[in-house]
Amino acid sequence: MKPAAFDYLVPTTVDAVVASLALHGDDAQLLAGGQSLVPMMALRVARPEVLIDLNRVAGLSGIERIGDTLRVGAMTRQAQVIASPVVAEALPSLAAALRFTGHFQTRNRGTLGGSISLADPSAESPAYALALDAQMELRSQRRSRTVAAADYFLSGYTTAREPDELLVAIHYPIRPRARIVVDEVARRQGDFATAGLVARVECEGGRVAASALAWFSMGPGVLRSPNAEAALNGGALADIDPEAVADLAVGDTDPFDDHHASASLRRATARVLAIRALTTIRTEELA
Amino acid sequence: MKELTIKCQVNGQAFEKTVPVRKTLLDFLRQDCVLTGAHAGCEHGVCGACTVIVDGVAARSCLMFAVQADGAVICTVEGVAEENGELHAVQAAMRDSFGLQCGFCTPGIIMTLVSMTAGEGATEDEMINALSGHICRCTGYQGIRRAVTKLAKATGEISQDDSHAV
Repeated sequence: MKPAAFDYLVPTTVDAVVASLALHGDDAQLLAGGQSLVPMMALRVARPEVLIDLNRVAGLSGIERIGDTLRVGAMTRQAQVIASPVVAEALPSLAAALRFTGHFQTRNRGTLGGSISLADPSAESPAYALALDAQMELRSQRRSRTVAAADYFLSGYTTAREPDELLVAIHYPIRPRARIVVDEVARRQGDFATAGLVARVECEGGRVAASALAWFSMGPGVLRSPNAEAALNGGALADIDPEAVADLAVGDTDPFDDHHASASLRRATARVLAIRALTTIRTEELA
Repeated sequence: MKELTIKCQVNGQAFEKTVPVRKTLLDFLRQDCVLTGAHAGCEHGVCGACTVIVDGVAARSCLMFAVQADGAVICTVEGVAEENGELHAVQAAMRDSFGLQCGFCTPGIIMTLVSMTAGEGATEDEMINALSGHICRCTGYQGIRRAVTKLAKATGEISQDDSHAV
């Protein structure tokens, strides 16, 4: 339960980080909050030759609203997002998602960018970014670019981030009309979910203008439900049949068996989550 | 680099030590500072027995490297009671409520609750929730919950939710 030896780098600027990444590439791991990486190192599942600690890099942390976008620095701690008055006003569902993430003690260290970079298929932050169509801001010595969530999460633990790139910030579109529900079922508070859902529905004149249903713990990676979204979009809100849409949404998933839950339990749980979310959204919107 | 010299303050005492970069903060506290109150349980962030307060917030010391604590102010369970031996309110509540038996998980729970009762103080619900970050195999948690209720009453933050009443 002790990490293998590594070389430790502790840069203080983004330029120094991307220079180290350009030099070491695949041999290096970025250390953000460490709440997933350090356990993996303790179990020797991860054995980086070089560990680049981001905790003393200036300018990677912080939350600001820029017009219709909420920009969250990659090293912002989950606890800071939850406590942020800016988040509470602009995007309270982000805080709701992170309250499900880990424990009080791990949220004090764990970062939003770390969770999104790891892309654990059972984690809340990647699914939330996917449901919101968030944009990932990446930097390397070669270029700066942004990647949409749909193109960023390639599969479980695999993202579009190149080995020499640093995730600098996450940009969430603020959609004042959207109703967003984050819900999950876990065996204990703080455990990874048996099934989890982020549902976003935007209505205009009683009709669904846009929707997103993003699942976590329901497949090899986080995933959307194109068939359920197609059934929702353009329809009258009052005519939504939550059970029928939930069946479509669960049909879009590819859950797994493991020692926590069988695939069929995950499907049954997910169906209830979808019915609950859609009923809540319909009731609130029609009220 | 494989080794680094770090300076930090633990329970008010200054330490300056050269440590391997792969050494966890937990092992640094136990081996280099000889403060064995933070316990090594699972050593991968699940059990909570190693929880200490780093720069004011509760954190798993097994999930930090000692070199990351360079310049930090750390509090362990040894630094919680008054110098004259008078127990901290959290320790007293845990003792009075039979919140411990073997005591292995206790230092971690104490540090979480100490961090949460500092300043404005957390609500009873928030403290009960934070206990989910600790595993206790003796008490069945009921004594620990009673201690939290006692602490919440003392700070006037009584939960509106009766489901936590024990």
